[in-house]
Amino acid sequence: MSAPISAIREPLITGSKTYHTITEDICGPTEKTPTTAWVIAFIVAVTGLALYVFSVTWTIWVGIGSWNLNRTINWGWDITNFVWWVGIGHAGTLISAILLLFRQKWRTGVNRAAEAMTIFAVMCAGQFPLIHMGRLWLGFFIFPYPNTRGPLWVNFNSPLLWDVFAISTYFTVSLLFWYTGLVPDFATVRDRAKGLRRKIYSYISFGWTGSAKHWQRWESLSLVLAGLATPLVLSVHTIVSFDFATSVIPGWHTTIFPPYFVAGAIFSGFAMVQTLMIMTRKVLKLEDYITLEHIDSMNKVILATGSIVGVAYLTELFIAWYSGYIYEQFAFYNRVMGPYFWSYIGMMGCNVISPQIFWSKKMRRSILVTFFMSIFINIGMWFERFVIIASTLARDYLPSSWSYYSPSWVEVCLFIGTLGLFSTLYLVFMRVAPVVAVAEIKGILKTGGDQYVGPNIKHDNAHKESTHH
Amino acid sequence: MKQESTQVLYGLYNDEEVLLHAVKKAKEDHLDIMDVYSPFPVHGLDNILGLTESRIHIAGFIYGLIGSLSAFLFMTWVFTRDWPIIFGGKPYFSALSFIPITFEVTVLFASVGMVVTFYTICGMGPGVDNPTLDDRITDDKFCIAFDVDNADESKQAALRQFLTDTGAEEVNVKSI
Repeated sequence: MSAPISAIREPLITGSKTYHTITEDICGPTEKTPTTAWVIAFIVAVTGLALYVFSVTWTIWVGIGSWNLNRTINWGWDITNFVWWVGIGHAGTLISAILLLFRQKWRTGVNRAAEAMTIFAVMCAGQFPLIHMGRLWLGFFIFPYPNTRGPLWVNFNSPLLWDVFAISTYFTVSLLFWYTGLVPDFATVRDRAKGLRRKIYSYISFGWTGSAKHWQRWESLSLVLAGLATPLVLSVHTIVSFDFATSVIPGWHTTIFPPYFVAGAIFSGFAMVQTLMIMTRKVLKLEDYITLEHIDSMNKVILATGSIVGVAYLTELFIAWYSGYIYEQFAFYNRVMGPYFWSYIGMMGCNVISPQIFWSKKMRRSILVTFFMSIFINIGMWFERFVIIASTLARDYLPSSWSYYSPSWVEVCLFIGTLGLFSTLYLVFMRVAPVVAVAEIKGILKTGGDQYVGPNIKHDNAHKESTHH
Repeated sequence: MKQESTQVLYGLYNDEEVLLHAVKKAKEDHLDIMDVYSPFPVHGLDNILGLTESRIHIAGFIYGLIGSLSAFLFMTWVFTRDWPIIFGGKPYFSALSFIPITFEVTVLFASVGMVVTFYTICGMGPGVDNPTLDDRITDDKFCIAFDVDNADESKQAALRQFLTDTGAEEVNVKSI
């Protein structure tokens, strides 16, 4: 018999599903013509993507001068967007890897889509450092390859280079992990399809048969990849924070940055997962698989990480005062009371104060509240990065070079454009792949289905359960 | 690579617990199971089938070790032998600052290596089309397959009897 079931656990799959209805429900949307909601969303997303292509072309054609960066403030919206997108990516790996190691069964409802989100978010993030180079066609200079200039190597002591390695490793490992999980599900789609569609899914399902030995290796591989992805995800945002923390700029040069960035990344990532999941479950009618229990669990993570971030903000202020170091004190005074005070208010309001609403179970289980909160948090976390970057750079050591920065239209369009890129990729993913891990959901049916656990338990099953113990 | 086709007798079950009982029974009866197929990993099946633990994690460790060593030694070689440059007044060999890249390359090598190994030893890859017994195996059916290439009529009948007795909903023969 399956693992012992706690009586207080709520079911993770509702609607008395069987293995076959799970396949139907999750693979079905990839087989039908898209709904009107999807088509409208896709048109909007592709328009955003077109805007992205246009503004990237503009940036490269005209040069970085088309952005409003200046000598004092040389990182603006671009790096803010980069850190924001990378942070969003973190929730996918957290759900798929860390929750796998912790044996949290609710991850199965959301892991597939969250991992897809990770991959697309990292793709959006990667755009910004690349186009910020200005001469994009020399982008390969960042890799240590044998060249004719000596060979002259890259600086392996630089956090910016660590970032190159961290982000590219993170992208590769996330992609492999995600795809390995997708292979059995693509095989399910393949075996339901006919004609050309069958050929395509046969190609991408790599010849999966479902053999016992293959499943055993697959599980072993998933577990080890999860074990590797766990320190990896922590290292990635740690290294992103090193971009700031290893510099000698007051307000950036702090040891609290790595844990504070990682917590913030998970916080913003879960918010984005909520935004996407609430829409996905509605559009694809997956309410039986992504239940209020899932939303509740994720809101608890948001509350916890949001509070960690809040503590970090206050710690920073305290340490700035306690250090007795006037430059540090000024940097933080400037953050709260300086020219960018409005973004500090936005950050505090959205990230620290508003998530406290989730102490109430009723709020955690309200779809409407969760949806608006997830948008708030995304905005708040964008403000956080903007506060750290722009407000710190605007007031440097030399008052004569103090400056103020607001983005040019190109920078704004680039940001909106990456939202378009992200949405386009996600919408295509929704159409071609099962958005919930079919095989994994089947694996938890007997311990998570509402006919086996919870208040709607069927009596014959309850009886069978008790005789086995 | 075209393989000769094999005659396979297989039974389809509706539930993983029935399947587990059947596999257990088959092992007790010393029947030679060719393979068991399922739509999701059935826990405990590998023990009953007598499959040895996968060694893919050992391969992963070796790939990771290769990654660590190559990254660390390469950076050391670059900064102490090939092109020594002083950065920030630090020694040429500043091992601490090599750690992040060493870690990332370790994870990269271990992951990529393991995934490639996985698909190779499973005989899978882009475009590979392994024969399957039934389309419903990836949906809701659990399958025990016997190789009956060299089995005579009476042996086949006994296997059929075994499959129906242990609760198979359907018994078929297919050459794959």
